Amino acid sequence: MAKIKGAIVVDAVACKGCALCVEACPSKTIGLAKEVNAKGYNFAYMAVPDTCIGCANCAMVCPDSCITVYKMKVAEPA
Amino acid sequence: MSVDIKDIIKPENLVYKKSSVLTDNVMHYCPGCSHGVAAKLIAEVIEELGIQREVIAIAPVGCSVLLYNYLQVDWQEAAHGRAPALGTAVKRLRPDRYVVTYQGDGDLAAIGTAETIHACNRGENILMIFINNGIYGMTGGQMAPTTLEGMKASTCPFGRDLEHDGNPLKITELIAQLPGTCYVTRQSVHTAAAVRKTKKAIIKGFQNQKAEKGTSFIEIVSTCSSGWKLTPAQSNKWMEEHMFPFYPLGDIKDR
Repeated sequence: MAKIKGAIVVDAVACKGCALCVEACPSKTIGLAKEVNAKGYNFAYMAVPDTCIGCANCAMVCPDSCITVYKMKVAEPA
Repeated sequence: MSVDIKDIIKPENLVYKKSSVLTDNVMHYCPGCSHGVAAKLIAEVIEELGIQREVIAIAPVGCSVLLYNYLQVDWQEAAHGRAPALGTAVKRLRPDRYVVTYQGDGDLAAIGTAETIHACNRGENILMIFINNGIYGMTGGQMAPTTLEGMKASTCPFGRDLEHDGNPLKITELIAQLPGTCYVTRQSVHTAAAVRKTKKAIIKGFQNQKAEKGTSFIEIVSTCSSGWKLTPAQSNKWMEEHMFPFYPLGDIKDR
């Protein structure tokens, strides 16, 4: 059975750490980094990369358009 | 079977990226501001409809004004509240262009009430986008006409008192009664589902303009985390609990 795997790339420079993507993520993939970016915000990142399903909900609600979403089908051995 | 992230992050697997209509400028909005989502949606719709060179947008006064730094379309800057009047002029001079005004509640529902109502009543063939966060964001969170009863703002620190400050204004319902408007709707951008609905509404607004149906009016109930003194996530929750009962979402008029 094919499985959907997703991944996001966050523009850590533009991210303002509002955490709306963390709230919107249905698979609890996203977290806020402990480090800060140049503006002093804890930027978002994939805290649990394995659970991402590439639904793009995070990117839809991101006010700063700093999330790019990728998705692919992965064939799983039966 | 585990897949390496690097294998997923490839151009052929791309499902969502920043719209090309948006500039590379980092938005000045506070973290979690609904303006950013609204701006992004307008950019995405313009890109999808392929009308980037045919859009003339009208900038208002308020937080929303700096949108002209973020959207790569033609802009005109209006005096405070006068975006619908300027939009009328632009549309009449260039009927072949799409005209979109983008205003906040202090601009559209306070100082620009007359221009708003008369442009809608004349049925000017423009798209008006109204960001309603119940507060004057840019100037320091003062009370706006749309501030809810009991809602705190810097000029009503104990909450809006109806006896003293009057009633909050439902300008979208007011506009829906006018014969010139063809599409009046109230949307929000607090969840991914709401964002998709709002995007559909904006697409419809542009299509109505092409079909020369009259004024399309889209209210977007928004948050102002800085003005409300809440975190972005708390603001969304507060909006759901307090704003939506008074400003119910959905189409008010569609013809």
